[in-house]
Amino acid sequence: MANETHDAANGAAQGAAHAAESAGMPQLDFSTFPNQIFWLLVTLGAIWWILTRIALPRISGVLADRQGAISGDLIAAEEFKLKAKEAEAAYDKALADARSEAQKIVAQARAEIQKELDAATAEADAQIEARAALSAKRIGEIRAGALEAVDAVAREAAADIVAALGGKADAGSVAAAVSARLKG
Amino acid sequence: MEGDIVQMGAYIGAGLACMGMGGAAIGVGNVAGNFLSGALRNPSAAPGQTAMLFIGIAFAEAFGIFSFLVALLLMFAV
Amino acid sequence: MATEEASSGLVFHPMDQFIVKPLFGEGPIHWYTPTNATLWMALTVLAIVALLVWGTRGRAVVPTRTQSVAELAYGFVHKMVVDVTGKDGLKYFPYIFTLFLFIVFANFLGLLPKSFSTTSHVAVTAVLALLVFCTVTAIGFIKHGAHFLELFWVSSAPLGLRPVLAVIEVISYFVRPLSHSIRLVGNVMAGHAVIKVFAAFAAVAVISPLSIVAISAMYGLEVLVSFIQAYVFTILTCVYLRDALHPHH
Repeated sequence: MANETHDAANGAAQGAAHAAESAGMPQLDFSTFPNQIFWLLVTLGAIWWILTRIALPRISGVLADRQGAISGDLIAAEEFKLKAKEAEAAYDKALADARSEAQKIVAQARAEIQKELDAATAEADAQIEARAALSAKRIGEIRAGALEAVDAVAREAAADIVAALGGKADAGSVAAAVSARLKG
Repeated sequence: MEGDIVQMGAYIGAGLACMGMGGAAIGVGNVAGNFLSGALRNPSAAPGQTAMLFIGIAFAEAFGIFSFLVALLLMFAV
Repeated sequence: MATEEASSGLVFHPMDQFIVKPLFGEGPIHWYTPTNATLWMALTVLAIVALLVWGTRGRAVVPTRTQSVAELAYGFVHKMVVDVTGKDGLKYFPYIFTLFLFIVFANFLGLLPKSFSTTSHVAVTAVLALLVFCTVTAIGFIKHGAHFLELFWVSSAPLGLRPVLAVIEVISYFVRPLSHSIRLVGNVMAGHAVIKVFAAFAAVAVISPLSIVAISAMYGLEVLVSFIQAYVFTILTCVYLRDALHPHH
């Protein structure tokens, strides 16, 4: 640098420069210019180095992380929303399935019960039928019996009545007469 | 004696140079006032123009600073 | 000044706070001598490290208080670069962020009592502005070659006016580093000098309360100005960079 000459001059005229300093503007004291410029360049270099090496990558990294975290969270929220919707659909489907299943079961049960009921009814009908037939047969027997008894009673009674009236009648004619009467 | 006259002239000149700062004050007031009236007419556009406000103020003010500098030079350097 | 000191009780030393002194002992200031400027620049670097490195050491997704301040600064300058220069300006974001952080911390540290404000020196701000000027011009020529000169040839103007406008544009282009650096240095120096002048008035008992009120008010203004000047320096850097990246207007 061109400071050697400057320094020499400065050293020689130091007293004069000092006097000028106290009177004039320190800003125009050119003897301090190389010093200030040198240290300013050092300072700017240091700040530049710190910024580009440490501070700026860190801050931009933090800002990018934050941006990423925010957008990631938003995406995750969107996913959760989708999942919730899916779950709701699945739940609805399960509900509908369960309902139809239940209806099926109910229908099945009803059908089974109906079948059993039908079978039982049929059996009961058959039993009733059988018993009714039996009863009808017995009623028929009883009726037939009763008719015969009436026949016999009528014949005996007619023979008794004829005998009481003093007549004489053989059993054959009486019976013929009674049955003719009963028929008529 | 001659030096005293020179010094007197320098001080008077410094005082006169300070009048220039009044001009800068008018200029800065003009910029800020016009910005304000514009901003009140269209408040939605104002925030985007604050940078222009400061640039305008800086330019207007620079000349006041120049006159101040001339005053200082006359006071201390001449 | 010397005559004033002798004649009145008031002692004005508004410029003494800007004197560059060697840190250790007396002697000539070589280019490598550690001075008070060096000390306060080093403190600036330390403050930046404290905010941007120590403050973000947790790398937390949910930021702590210092980390969110660091992220706020990052986002502020990042948005400024994108808004003004567009996406292709982001390549130069570390450079612009370096400038912004240096200026804002140097300004704020300079506001501490007894401190030395490095940005109040023409040497410092001129180097900052010239760095911007040279980089921007170099970028312009590297990106566009000779077409970069179209920046000065306003094709939307009438043909007769164009040479005149070209002269004006060239002059304003070369005045840029001057106004860029003088604006910062002038604001910082003016504020500090005015505070010092009010402080000198505090020696007179009658007006000292008024002087203290004035110092407080100026200090508040200076806090604002410190930030605004850093902002303005940065945004003008962005504007110049946009001119270099997109010279056709």
